[in-house]
Amino acid sequence: MIEAKGVVKRFGPRTILRGVDISVATGETLVIIGGSGCGKSTFLKCVVGLLRPEEGAVTVDGQDIARCGNEAEVADYRRRFGYLFQEGALFDSMTIWENVTFGLRYLTDIPPARYRRLAREKLAMVGLKDIEDFRPAELSGGMKKRVALARAIAAEPSYILYDEPTTGLDPIMSDVINDLILDLQKQLKVTSIVVTHDMKSAYKIASRIAMLHEGRVLGQGSSDDFKASADPRIHQFVNGLSQGPIKMKLKDYEPDAAEGA
Amino acid sequence: MTALLDVAGSWFLELAETLGRGAMLVRSTAFWLFRARIEWRQTLIQMVRIGVDSFPVTAATSLFTGMVLALETGSSFRSLFNEPLFTGTIVSFAIVKELGPVMTALVVAGRAGASVAAEIGTMQVTEQIDALYTLGTDPVRYLVIPRVLAFILVLPFLVVISDFSGILGGYLVARVKYQIPPSVFWHDIIDTMRVRHFMHGYIKAYVFAVAVSLICCYKGVTARGGAEGVGKSTTQAVVLSMVAIFVLDYLATAVLVALGIT
Repeated sequence: MIEAKGVVKRFGPRTILRGVDISVATGETLVIIGGSGCGKSTFLKCVVGLLRPEEGAVTVDGQDIARCGNEAEVADYRRRFGYLFQEGALFDSMTIWENVTFGLRYLTDIPPARYRRLAREKLAMVGLKDIEDFRPAELSGGMKKRVALARAIAAEPSYILYDEPTTGLDPIMSDVINDLILDLQKQLKVTSIVVTHDMKSAYKIASRIAMLHEGRVLGQGSSDDFKASADPRIHQFVNGLSQGPIKMKLKDYEPDAAEGA
Repeated sequence: MTALLDVAGSWFLELAETLGRGAMLVRSTAFWLFRARIEWRQTLIQMVRIGVDSFPVTAATSLFTGMVLALETGSSFRSLFNEPLFTGTIVSFAIVKELGPVMTALVVAGRAGASVAAEIGTMQVTEQIDALYTLGTDPVRYLVIPRVLAFILVLPFLVVISDFSGILGGYLVARVKYQIPPSVFWHDIIDTMRVRHFMHGYIKAYVFAVAVSLICCYKGVTARGGAEGVGKSTTQAVVLSMVAIFVLDYLATAVLVALGIT
């Protein structure tokens, strides 16, 4: 179980998260939606320990990474996670099978002799074959995402964190990725957090949805709750409307809503 | 006045932050160097890359430096004493004690150092460094330590190559331009050169290797803002390395002179 309480994260003078409270039950897929720059990816990085919150805490199965006293505890914490980066973050200098099995050396006791076969199995799980010796630069965007997904599940984590898994993909490939996430959910019984602003994807894969706005949780509920939400901000976002309470500047020289008031 | 204080204050804060981060990188490098299994495969890859990248330029640079030194020494001494005296001695001392290590370090900073900063910088802006964390390893352990070790192991070797190449350049000019017999040129060197003279330059190579590798790795891991940021970091890495080489050259020389290794 993942539990975030009062998480505040600042970058210099900018406060990105202003007290986020979210919990994710074991086996659940929580989808976090919200506009660009609202802090979704920052929250995900706080969960995996890539960023440390200034206030509040994130605990995973009762363990808070900020309180991990030594490297072994940190490694034990990180071992539970698979992380799918927005652009894949595959290592350019390595082949696909080396990418997929990279974490096994550090996270598991599996002998290196088995890595190549294991890479083939994981790639098959995400619908790829005969690409083990390719380099990331030789793959399409959708294939890179799937390889990154294979890498995220290679060490059989209990939690998978997805950062914008369908961004930059065509609608069909987006749906393929959505199906993959659902398949992995069924096969591996993992707990997942998915950050996205793709509502079609959110409705398809979510057990529950939470919306972040201006660094706070605006609402949480099922897909149906969000579709029928009376909150004008949630309604505007899930329906993709330019008019509504959430103001976006169209041009840099437009004054902020607050300035105009 | 307030604006001036603002600028001075933010400059000071930025400097303090840079120094703090640099110190953290050094601390982290020292920590992982003694605590974790060293990535020897990565170290070997980096050694080959640094060596192959820098060897031809190092050899060519030193060869021509030695040639220029011989030409200058020969012509100056000929106009003063009517004979190109001590050409071998002057070329070898200048190359072995000073120009060999400094020129080699500059070339390595420009070739391999820039490549290290650009590679790590690109990994930083494409989240590959974050990926290393999530895959259970520390970027300092996986990226920085192999590169620092590779610089430490390869740079002194390149300095030796550079010493030979520079002296060979001097010999070619001494022989062809001034018709100095080989026995005179080499005896000039053998009679005066001692192990401590060689060590004077050789020890400097280690100082430069540590400085250049840490600066270039630091600039890589702190790169921000896409392709432009990587470009900026790479340029800063090379410029800062070059300045550090000259500053450390003076400090190292002062220490070596004080210790009698001269």
